[in-house]
Amino acid sequence: MSTHVEHRDDTARKMGMWLFLFTELLLFGGLFLVYSIYRFANPEDFARGGHELNVFIGAVNTIVLITSSLTVAISISAMQQGNKKLVLQMLGITIFLAIVFLVNKYFEWGHKIHYDLYPGSNLFRALPPGEGLYFLLYYFMTGLHALHVIIGAIILGFMAWYVHKDEIDATNYALLENGGLYWHLVDLIWIFLFPLMYLIH
Amino acid sequence: MIEQEEKQKPLNFFQDSGGKKGILAWITSTDHKRIGLLYLYSLSVFFLVGVTLGLLMRLELINPGKDIVEAQTYNGFFTLHGVIMIFLFVIPGIPAVFGNIAMPLMLGARDVAFPKLNLLSWYLYIFGAALALSTLLVGKGAPDTGWTFYAPYSIKTGTNVTMAVFAAFILGFSSILTGLNFLTTIHRMRCEGMTWFRMPLFAWALYATSWIQLLATPVIGITLLMIAAERTLGVGLFDPTLGGDPILYQHLFWIYSHPAVYIMILPGMGVISEILPVFARRRIFGYTAIVYSSLAIAFIGYFVWGHHMFTSGMSGPARIIFSILTFLVAIPSAIKVFNWLATLYKGSIDLKPPMLFALGFIFLFLIGGLTGLVSGALATTVHLHDTYFVVGHFHYVMFGGTGFAFFAAIHYWFPKIYGRMYDIKAATRNFWIIFGGFNVLYFPMLWAGMMGMPRRYYDYLPEFHIPNIISTLGSWIVAFGIIMMIITLVKGFRNGKPVGKNPWNALTLEWQADSPPITENFEELPVVTEGPYEYKS
Ligand code: HEM
Repeated sequence: MSTHVEHRDDTARKMGMWLFLFTELLLFGGLFLVYSIYRFANPEDFARGGHELNVFIGAVNTIVLITSSLTVAISISAMQQGNKKLVLQMLGITIFLAIVFLVNKYFEWGHKIHYDLYPGSNLFRALPPGEGLYFLLYYFMTGLHALHVIIGAIILGFMAWYVHKDEIDATNYALLENGGLYWHLVDLIWIFLFPLMYLIH
Repeated sequence: MIEQEEKQKPLNFFQDSGGKKGILAWITSTDHKRIGLLYLYSLSVFFLVGVTLGLLMRLELINPGKDIVEAQTYNGFFTLHGVIMIFLFVIPGIPAVFGNIAMPLMLGARDVAFPKLNLLSWYLYIFGAALALSTLLVGKGAPDTGWTFYAPYSIKTGTNVTMAVFAAFILGFSSILTGLNFLTTIHRMRCEGMTWFRMPLFAWALYATSWIQLLATPVIGITLLMIAAERTLGVGLFDPTLGGDPILYQHLFWIYSHPAVYIMILPGMGVISEILPVFARRRIFGYTAIVYSSLAIAFIGYFVWGHHMFTSGMSGPARIIFSILTFLVAIPSAIKVFNWLATLYKGSIDLKPPMLFALGFIFLFLIGGLTGLVSGALATTVHLHDTYFVVGHFHYVMFGGTGFAFFAAIHYWFPKIYGRMYDIKAATRNFWIIFGGFNVLYFPMLWAGMMGMPRRYYDYLPEFHIPNIISTLGSWIVAFGIIMMIITLVKGFRNGKPVGKNPWNALTLEWQADSPPITENFEELPVVTEGPYEYKS
């Protein structure tokens, strides 16, 4: 005997998501703090580290992510208007862009690892301490971010599935909005990572 | 007709509804009361493991020199004792158990905002706990760093630190999800007429706590991940020979762990604010002041982490600032204590077990708080840092404070949860055993600390012998009292006298629900027209 009635409270759902995003910001906040302190202590080494990165790939990835944020936003507007087909297209493009981002990342990391620049390698051990810290943080922060890209893409995949099954529709799309919010967060963090890692010399 | 009526009587939450039966129906339940009890039972087991480790340590310390264990085993003991007590008992303790069981009832809600997430938090908790405990059994043995995992030692030691750190990370995640759930519940699920300032103080305390859980825990999460990365990759994030800075680790650690101290104490204070008016038959004195002091503690609590590091390398001005801020937190805490005392003034005090534990809390917390000021003052801390004075101090706060509040809460809500009353006389006796034993156990630690006995050693100089003997005796009394308490409660659960809805004549909403409450708490959601403590004395 289940007397349970679904009480739907979209405001609560979105509030929960926002609160979760705060925790994500603070998670990266800890890393940004460590980054700034070590950058302050070793400005030259960090600058030298920054020169090693490929600004071009970084810039391409920035554009890719910003575009994907746009497509997610469009998918939500489309949902409000009940245009299911456009929603699915836009989510599809977003996930595709996420994959492009990850492929770029793969080549970028792969290139460095190829010439032995990864934590624990001999080349790495020979670096001046500050530069070592720089690259450690580089791998750690972009790695954690890439993990978020993967999770975000999976979430959006689920969203697309729900839209397809009509479990998300024009009257009930808070879930999709939450997925979108998460994706914007992923984008936002990259917007900070890109200048900190690639541009400051 | 009669049959139909019987069918319509809603099941209480102990009775299985909907297909599943027995244990399976419990571990898949999203009912906040069942989840609360899952927490209560699992947490009690871990608490007893922690107590056992504590007893073993005390036994080792009964005489100078080696008695029962080697130094390395002892190091594992205090680390695991600390990790269990902190991450598995006091941090989740009151919110996860009594927040879950009582808070939705107090707000006149049917459940928390995200019931499934609530169950997930419990699974994360169990997973984290299993990881933490298994460090004992696998690999190179239990971590020996102390529960603080200070770098660079935590990076160099061969013991199972990575796993313990990972366990703490998972437990943190569980704690974040609970906080998020409670915040949303409090914002969105209060029943009709329950304005913010008609909310019971326990809910307010949980509200402040949840913010801390949410905003501080991620920082320790990332810090612990850094320790794990450092241990696997070995690149010197916190290692000075490779350009890193171990002091930075301490900062990051305490940026979380000091606010976490308030995660531990605020819910306990909330429990006390519930119990005192009920058993003094008086309106709580200074409701708004208590609310704001909770929020103030939560806020100022973020800025005092440096006081754990006075002796580990910090500039003079920074120390002075942190010291001043530390004294500032004492103000809202004292506001609470004075309000509680004013509530008691001219009340008709009824010394039932919940009240005794609450008064015990105030007494012990006072000693804990005052010894805290002694440790927070720059001149005295240099002498006392890393001595048994500190060990005594934080047991007074965490065990005498939060632990006693936990015991008070269980004695207070027990009839609501189980619909039966425990033996009041036996419970009163148990209180006096635990309370007495507690002081025998920890007061000598303050004394030994003043004499200069350092903490975290399995051995000590002969001149500290007397306080250590007394302290070990005390540990047996406390353990005996805890066992007796469990026996009394289990007996009450088995065949205590059935009670009605409101055995304590309290006014908050949970006492309007059945005992035990029905599956969705209320047949009809209550409507509130006045504050929660309008006792006509
Ligand atoms: C019968 C109960 C208990 C006994 C006998 C006991 C005993 C001890 C002793 C002797 C130490 C000091 C070890 C050393 O520095 O060499 C210690 C440390 C500690 N205790 Fe307890 N304790 C008990 C209960 C608790 C409770 C309830 C809590 C928390 C709520 C707690 C939290 C801690 C913490 C955090 C430490 C510090 C561990 C470290 O140094 O890393 N203890 N305990």
